[in-house]
Amino acid sequence: MGLKEGLLCLLVKGDAHGYQLKADLESTTGDTWQVNIGQVYTTLQRLERDGLVESIESNGDGRVVYTLTDLGRGAVARWLDAPVDLAAAGRDEISLKVLMSMVSGAIDPRRVVERQRGATMTILQDYTTLKANDSNDDFAWQLYLDRLILSAEAELRWLERVEARLDLMPPFQVTQLTESMDTDPVEVDR
Amino acid sequence: MTEPILSMRRLGKTHGSGAQRVDALVNVDLDLMPGELVAVTGRSGSGKTTLLNMAGALDEPTSGEVIVAGENLATMSKNDLARVRRVAVGYVFQQFNLLSSLTAAENISLPLELDGMKPAGARALAEKALEEVEMAGMADRYPDQLSGGEQQRVAIARGLIGPRSVLLADEPTGALDEATSESILKLLRSRCDAGAAALMVTHEPAYAAWADRVVRLRDGRIEGISERTKTPLTTADIQ
Repeated sequence: MGLKEGLLCLLVKGDAHGYQLKADLESTTGDTWQVNIGQVYTTLQRLERDGLVESIESNGDGRVVYTLTDLGRGAVARWLDAPVDLAAAGRDEISLKVLMSMVSGAIDPRRVVERQRGATMTILQDYTTLKANDSNDDFAWQLYLDRLILSAEAELRWLERVEARLDLMPPFQVTQLTESMDTDPVEVDR
Repeated sequence: MTEPILSMRRLGKTHGSGAQRVDALVNVDLDLMPGELVAVTGRSGSGKTTLLNMAGALDEPTSGEVIVAGENLATMSKNDLARVRRVAVGYVFQQFNLLSSLTAAENISLPLELDGMKPAGARALAEKALEEVEMAGMADRYPDQLSGGEQQRVAIARGLIGPRSVLLADEPTGALDEATSESILKLLRSRCDAGAAALMVTHEPAYAAWADRVVRLRDGRIEGISERTKTPLTTADIQ
């Protein structure tokens, strides 16, 4: 979701000026998304150029108020109705790192998996602590936090599966050792 | 610096010999501090339960030592070991393991009475323990009158009764649904925040994440430890 979609959705509720949209966007997302006002105005101008919004007369204090066009309304409906394309996120950095470690032979790919698992578990522990201590009932915040927790869990399960796949492969020859790396070696036995 | 309540040094366990030799645990070093919840994860056969059994004197290590509340288990007599199992460490298992012919309070007070405490005193401690696990008023119910989650609360109360300060939990949420599991972890977390220490075996990352430290075993060795960040995250950190 880009700022474009965010602004269009907010304008469905009613006409608004840039500052109002910025404030609405931040409160709707439980302050998990902060934007600067310059970006908001640039995006609104682009939306106007494309015929998705119209600027109407200033509301007395010199601020321009924006309203959604029919074209804009259609764009909101189509965007909300379409599933998120997970395939577009397929070329992710962890997968690339595992694959590159195998191709380069510079480091055991299982070490990449183990490092990532440790880091992701720490994040999951931190989110869980946050959730356990959470006393407020901010719906947007809880929705967001639950998603982060479940994503971290899914990543750990996926890493488990990657490791199981790696275990089925012949032993890896690590050609360039990790002497220059400023980290503790992880003991990896086969 | 406080002393660890449970300390494992170069712990090893080998089954069989020659070609049949299996190293269940290899040189494991692990300390558990008062107030700490530590999770042990790893695949089946990685040594999780073996580690827990060593910590609780249910099994003897082949090498290394276990020190519980300052006492080295290796140098203890059979009677002393039995005393450690009764009064120093508590166990929580997947199947709750409550005695069905005893009430919740009796299940909890039994180890204290076996250790020579007068019934009235043991009963008072049991009631206090039940209160701490939010089970006040259920002291006289029998296990079959309690839900799975409630039985596990009784088991946790029994595990941390009186002088007991180390809880060893083997898949404590294994037989429970998700919401009940979460409430049990919340309880373990709060008992640790109140000063107890717990070592918990689990294969669920989401449950391990309640721990201060997550120890990952692979082929009997510690493969990695992840620690939660000391300064708690705030909403601002994940924006």
